[in-house]
Amino acid sequence: MPKLNDVCRYVRSKAAGPFWITVDLFFESPELFSANKDKPGLTAASIAERLHLRPETVKRIEVPDLAVIKFSYPRERAQGGVFERDMHGGQQFSPLLDIDL
Amino acid sequence: MNSDNPTVVVVPVGALGAGIKFEHLEAGLAAGAHAMAMDAGSTDSGPAALATGLSKYSRDAVKSDLKLLVAAQAKWGVPLLVGSCGTSGCDMAVDWTRDIVLEICQELNLTPTLAMLYSEQEKSVIRDRLAEGRVLPLAPLGALTEDTLKSCEHVVALMGPEPYIAALEAGADIVLGGRTTDTAVIAAVPIMRGAGVGPAWHAGKIAECGGLCTITPFEGGVVIRVGADAFEIEPLSATNRCTPYSVSAHMLYENSDPYLLHEPGGVLDVSQARYEPKDDRIVRVSGSRFIEKPYTMKLEGAANGPFQSIMLVGITDPQVLAALDKFLADMHATLVGRVKAVLGDAAGEFDISLRPYGWNAVLGLPVTDGFPTREIGLLLVATAETKELALRIAKICNPYFFHFPMRRDKELPSYGFPFSPAEIELGRTYAFVLNHVVETTDGHELVRRTILPLALTTGAREHAQAE
Repeated sequence: MPKLNDVCRYVRSKAAGPFWITVDLFFESPELFSANKDKPGLTAASIAERLHLRPETVKRIEVPDLAVIKFSYPRERAQGGVFERDMHGGQQFSPLLDIDL
Repeated sequence: MNSDNPTVVVVPVGALGAGIKFEHLEAGLAAGAHAMAMDAGSTDSGPAALATGLSKYSRDAVKSDLKLLVAAQAKWGVPLLVGSCGTSGCDMAVDWTRDIVLEICQELNLTPTLAMLYSEQEKSVIRDRLAEGRVLPLAPLGALTEDTLKSCEHVVALMGPEPYIAALEAGADIVLGGRTTDTAVIAAVPIMRGAGVGPAWHAGKIAECGGLCTITPFEGGVVIRVGADAFEIEPLSATNRCTPYSVSAHMLYENSDPYLLHEPGGVLDVSQARYEPKDDRIVRVSGSRFIEKPYTMKLEGAANGPFQSIMLVGITDPQVLAALDKFLADMHATLVGRVKAVLGDAAGEFDISLRPYGWNAVLGLPVTDGFPTREIGLLLVATAETKELALRIAKICNPYFFHFPMRRDKELPSYGFPFSPAEIELGRTYAFVLNHVVETTDGHELVRRTILPLALTTGAREHAQAE
């Protein structure tokens, strides 16, 4: 079974302001985007489960022109407080790479 | 599109202080430009810059970029706009930047007219608006409380383009702005000159990180040409390229929504935008719309938090690594118990956090079975109400952190401390506490301006004429 990392050329996460993280899945091609975008592993709920988030907080946006699916979710705590582990949110993508499609 | 006399803005760098290339700046200005514009700040690096008012960027690096810009402003007679000065854009950060510019003017013997725009807010002003129901929360935060507002060290409101336009109309050659949306400082001159408002905002968004919308982001800045219905974007470096993909993909970057961007006074809607190559280096973008809304300014505020001290040890013992989660849970319970036993109530509200780098320190998620690790760096973070207490707690933890055994009936191990002393004082923590907007009548109401006409006086700073 292919993994997300097999069909994407780049997966990234980044802070979108101090209160949100945004994740971009860049598919290898428009064909791979179309073939995979509706897979059960790529719903907002599946992403929420992988990242231990509340599913209702995850926004999912398809950007067909770029063959991208974007997920945005609020941080559990604002950026940079006492418990910060990833200031820029740049490392939050890795649990998604081995999602089964 | 260029039949309608486009407005040309050179954006030489994504963030002032990141490194402007002289030859790129010169090439952009030599081709004819109406302005140089860029931002000098962000919330990206966390709340410390706003809470302390201190710049995250090195003064030397900022001065090095400003020197090129101030000289270019004088040589080409093109206005220079800098937004979000000094990282946070609070008043003291604007003044820090102003003083660097004054130093440069003295060194280069130049006398431009400087305008400073201040958008830091008195808490009483925001409190009054709050009472009037004119401060609204943005997700995920709830309604603002007076206590939260009181806790802020600095509160800034993000400016739109209007104060920049007014400063230029008042005769400024150089405008140093407090906190501003990255987009607005670049869109200001196109809007002032009557370019299409949709293309102006969209061009501002695409150019806000300088070369990040090109295929070789490290190769410097970009130039935008904004017309009535479209804009063009081109890298300043002759060897760099913009493609429809590199340009449109920038709308994803650090944006929770790639189609809609909320700005002071409206929303930029790029859902109908078309990105076409003009040639192999230049992209033409049309179809961008700006939908006017009642004027609001986003607020940012940062508060002081408790204090921290840290310690780091390296662990390579395979027996520990094989049962790390249990080891860490046992160690944590022992450390907390020991601090309570030694300090009692004097410990105050404290927290001990163990973060195993090489295991799951960054994500904090459970580790998949069978994941091998050769060694970890175990970070202990002691958080307490005062700097002194944070250090005392770390010191109390030290022998247990250093010698904690897998089993009580075994000899004591010694993990690898890299430093002596082992404890490192971090000092204060800070926190972002505002994510709200304030309603205003227009883009000027909460902004103050100072103009320094350096040509009029040698003791220019003393003659600052507040308006």
